[in-house]
Amino acid sequence: MKHLKEEELIAYREGVAEQRSAISEHLSGCEECRSELERIEAVLAALDTLPVPDPGGDYGRHVWRQIAPRLPEKPGRWWQVWLQPRRLAAAGGVVVMIVAAFVAGRISKRGNAPDNVASQEQVRERVLVVAVGEHLGHSERMLVELSNTVPNNPKQKEVNISAQQRRAEDLVEENRMFRQTALQEGDAGLASVLDELERVLLDVAHSPEEVTPAQLEAIQKKIEARGILFKVRVFNKELQERQEATKPAPAQNQSAKRERNKA
Amino acid sequence: MNRMQQSVDSTQAIAESDAVAVERTLAGDRDAYRVLVERHSHNVFRLAYRMTGNRHDAEEVVQEAFLRGYQKLGQFAARSNFGTWVYRIAANYAIDRMRQRQKEDSRREAPKAEESDGMENDPLNHVQDKAPTPERLTQSIELRKQMELALAALSEAERTAFVMRHWEGCGIEEIAAVLKSSSNATKNTVFRAVQKLRQALQPFVETKTQARAMGTES
Repeated sequence: MKHLKEEELIAYREGVAEQRSAISEHLSGCEECRSELERIEAVLAALDTLPVPDPGGDYGRHVWRQIAPRLPEKPGRWWQVWLQPRRLAAAGGVVVMIVAAFVAGRISKRGNAPDNVASQEQVRERVLVVAVGEHLGHSERMLVELSNTVPNNPKQKEVNISAQQRRAEDLVEENRMFRQTALQEGDAGLASVLDELERVLLDVAHSPEEVTPAQLEAIQKKIEARGILFKVRVFNKELQERQEATKPAPAQNQSAKRERNKA
Repeated sequence: MNRMQQSVDSTQAIAESDAVAVERTLAGDRDAYRVLVERHSHNVFRLAYRMTGNRHDAEEVVQEAFLRGYQKLGQFAARSNFGTWVYRIAANYAIDRMRQRQKEDSRREAPKAEESDGMENDPLNHVQDKAPTPERLTQSIELRKQMELALAALSEAERTAFVMRHWEGCGIEEIAAVLKSSSNATKNTVFRAVQKLRQALQPFVETKTQARAMGTES
């Protein structure tokens, strides 16, 4: 007797087999193929036990709260979403710096023609470095504030963290943009730190506005356990060093000139 | 009225109500979109979680899917089903996110276990016998780890095909549209996914079955 192939058994199990009735008929008379099908089913049944976390009864409302401020007034073209105030604010800062960096690049180019390509690269990197540095600084301040928040008195039942929560919501937006830019630029180290920071920011943004002291402690422990403040500080320091390293050459030349003149 | 008929009627009612909400949104009633978001978020989250394997990415996928859905609503054909449509957008974005994640993870020192799910979500707690003997706990943890590894080892296309077909019950044509591939190629992708999962997990599943047969599990 010719037995069924693994491909046919899987297709049958997943309901995509073309000759379903022929396979059924074969299975009814072939114990070997039935056992093989049972082995496939055992693996799939084990996979079915992998849990999906429950996002909560009000998850739909939560998603709406997150996306509503980012929706344009009317559904339309993709670029309209970039005209939303929140995105404009984040993107605007980056654009201003790009323009400033471009102008700086043009000025430095005049006196330094052979290093043109290198200096343009440096300018590009500086733009990202400065913008991300500021973002990390804001995130760090918010997380430090939250980590140092304590109930006013031992009997206080709830602590209001709405200010930090709103700031975290804004920072998530910015963070996502920088992370995607870092990935496009191939800066995996930065993308990785931003990815971890995003998880913490999301945790804070998703917290209730008023939390019990126990919930506050849990959030603080989470921040501490992930070591995100340390990582942000270390990376911010690294960014400052990068910023120093990519400072425009003319300034250094002039300072060197001054030193030489003094001598 | 039997249960099957009730279910069909309820699906039709939701589709009609979705169509009304889409029309109202297109007419400028932004709050009408809220109904669609609240109605379909759980389903999209389930798909996104199974595709990406972690809650953080799943939540990002859900938000992006509804944002993109709103931006593209003008292209939505009135006769289509909004749930299926936004599902497809989510699946496409999840594929992009998985690619990004692979790049990010490959640069990190060690893969991290998804936080917080812990033993309360032990997959074997969902099957009949729940006595937490040490052997059973060890096997549960090991099996779950192996299942997550096996899923993570699938290509994006294989994981998408498997999740959409096996867990979400999507039609082959629908999966083929997400994968931008033919029906036959999509069937092959489903087959490859199951075959790889089987190769990776069969020994662990058999150990588990043998242990149960030998009575090392209570």
